[in-house]
Amino acid sequence: MAKSTKTSFARRGFLKGAAVGAAAGATALVSTPQQANAQAPAAPTRGAAPPSAAQVEAERNAGSGAPPFIERPGADYMIDVIKSLGVEYFIANPGSSFRGIHESLVSYGGNKPEFITCNHEEIAAAMCNGYAKIEGKPAVTAVHGTVGTQHAAMAIYNSYCDQAPMIVLAGNRRDSSERRSYVEWVHSVQDAAAMVRDYTKWDDNPGSLEHWGESMVRGYHLATMAPQMPVMLVCDEDLQEDPYPDNFKGHIPKLPVNVQPAIDAGTANEVAKMLLAAENPVILTGKAARTPKGVQLLVELAELLQCAVVDQKRRMNFPNRHPLNQTLRQRPVLQQADLIVGLEVWDFYGSIHTLGGRFKTEARSITKADAKLISISANDLFFKSNYQTFFRNTEVDMSVAADGEASLPALIEAVKRQLTDDRKRTLAERGKKLGEAQKQALEQTRVAASQGWDSSPISTARMSMELYGAVKNEDWSLVSDSFWVSNWPQRLWDMNKHYHYIGGAGGEGVGYLAPATVGAALANKKYGRLSVSIQPDGDLMYQPGALWTAAHHRIPILILVHNNRAYHQEIMQLQRMAGQHNRGFEQCGIGTTITDPNIDYAKVAQGLGVEAFGPVTNPAELGPAIKRGVEVVKSGRPYLIDVVTQGR
Amino acid sequence: MKRLVIITFLASLGYGQGNAEHGKVVFEKLYCSACHGHDGQGGSSGPRIGTKPPAVAVLIAYVRKPAGGMPPFTAKIVSDADLTDIHAYLSSRPAPPALKDVPLLNQ
Repeated sequence: MAKSTKTSFARRGFLKGAAVGAAAGATALVSTPQQANAQAPAAPTRGAAPPSAAQVEAERNAGSGAPPFIERPGADYMIDVIKSLGVEYFIANPGSSFRGIHESLVSYGGNKPEFITCNHEEIAAAMCNGYAKIEGKPAVTAVHGTVGTQHAAMAIYNSYCDQAPMIVLAGNRRDSSERRSYVEWVHSVQDAAAMVRDYTKWDDNPGSLEHWGESMVRGYHLATMAPQMPVMLVCDEDLQEDPYPDNFKGHIPKLPVNVQPAIDAGTANEVAKMLLAAENPVILTGKAARTPKGVQLLVELAELLQCAVVDQKRRMNFPNRHPLNQTLRQRPVLQQADLIVGLEVWDFYGSIHTLGGRFKTEARSITKADAKLISISANDLFFKSNYQTFFRNTEVDMSVAADGEASLPALIEAVKRQLTDDRKRTLAERGKKLGEAQKQALEQTRVAASQGWDSSPISTARMSMELYGAVKNEDWSLVSDSFWVSNWPQRLWDMNKHYHYIGGAGGEGVGYLAPATVGAALANKKYGRLSVSIQPDGDLMYQPGALWTAAHHRIPILILVHNNRAYHQEIMQLQRMAGQHNRGFEQCGIGTTITDPNIDYAKVAQGLGVEAFGPVTNPAELGPAIKRGVEVVKSGRPYLIDVVTQGR
Repeated sequence: MKRLVIITFLASLGYGQGNAEHGKVVFEKLYCSACHGHDGQGGSSGPRIGTKPPAVAVLIAYVRKPAGGMPPFTAKIVSDADLTDIHAYLSSRPAPPALKDVPLLNQ
């Protein structure tokens, strides 16, 4: 993909003056807003002939006076606005359609926010996704015209599904008469945000700097208001590169304090009454805790109620070794429930049904017929039609359109007001039983993890527990998903802080993990946390360039490649088809395995500047290798270990 | 109940003998390990079947007509003899260590 403009002229204003002639050339490029304005009426006819060699020379020498410059390009103002929002990182792959912003950032802005260089727009956008889930606020990424937006699209979609905020700036040249080459034509678009509009919360295409400033602040505000999502702001090249207009004061709009939508007191009382009256209430959490405070609040509510909590793992919502955490017993707990309160549950229907059937899907409810269902979620506040992120309709008894975390204080207060001493004693008994059941489930899980403990390829349980053993006494942060390794970290690690787990790809788009985990590690860096990742091999090969970014920016992260040498899930999908057709299973490896040759991930990493070790096939060698890796990462550098593993 | 009687009868006939080495080959060739793990240790996609698999007759009966998400493996796909070999392979898998002997599982 060619990105830079092919013309040899660096100053886009040059052609404006070219047809006016050499004498006018010296003033065609302006040094002050006043001059720029004054120059406007003399602008040449659109489509003027290209300059002659003499004109070029005249422009270069520019007479005896001071050479003409734009001292205050619009992009400087854009950087002022971005800085005002407290943005820490500008994560991007460079592109000529936002060269104005890029130059203003690194020169005028002193590279604050810091430009994080990426090899692909998808890496940049996915890094923003991971960053936001740790830091709780958006980073900015920029995409180049048509092709950059297309590259970033899947990562934007993942972030949209993941409800993680992100600001996407899209460079574009709207004025066709200013496009110099065919490249600028094919990289320009009439409606730049159209291709991601279905999976962004909001977009705008400002026509002035004042408009740009207002929309940038509005976009930040909207992106961080629940449900949090990406927004896109188109940055016209004229706005970036032209000087401030005469009357433009550079006002930066005020960013309001976001008060998240919360449950009202009356409804909170009603929900609390039902929770206290239920014999077996369950709190089902999807993404209930966005912040450290959210985790504390959820613990407080559950302890008041002494009720079961089932965590769907989209974030670290509830400490997984808390006695009330019944995630290991999810099925029986939901089956016995007489009230389920969902907090930011994404797929409520799928949570309370089994979806089996050999040929066609057969949905069966797992809950009691008279179980009451309540949903508290900001999802009801934002709906779109095309992408099917709203799931099958669930017959809930009450749907509260409010942010889960923001609703917790009102629920806690309502429960406290209604909780009697008698009820407290009864609830304490229930909590005790739940704690005992959780203890047994944990023991059974440990037994399951011991199966194949010394196997080679290495079991995912062994890999997960070797990693935990090496970091458990550090301030660690697991920045990868645990789904691909049978959820062993979720099941057996002691997770109790919000950064201990941040979930996976919201849209399940492969290629998320490698860059998103580096983005999360970037956020963890300033806190001195030890970021660790269990990285599936297939995902890594989508965007291995993320490793170079980690090396280049000294982003400390320990990456264990879960190298099962396959798109493992797809093997199982083919098996299902083969079983339906009674055609045999031997060919299920065609198109699904990553062998012949086996990829040497240590060498891949080393080639991208990351220290690495492997492949490790002997489980006894894994622990010492991880210990060495931890030391490297603690010194501030990324490290990768290629672990040859079982499927899941 | 009738099925259980038949299965018990088949088990009494001595099903369960087999060639573990060949069983491993078949186990891998059919990608049984994709869900159950290379040692039949199980995981999120399939239950544990290693070390102490169900009786060979039970195994064969289940494989022919499985429940849940497992695809059926008919006699056209895998013979009873091959399944007996798979049973032998799974039975030959070493028992896991006792939990008390694995510090990493007690942290």
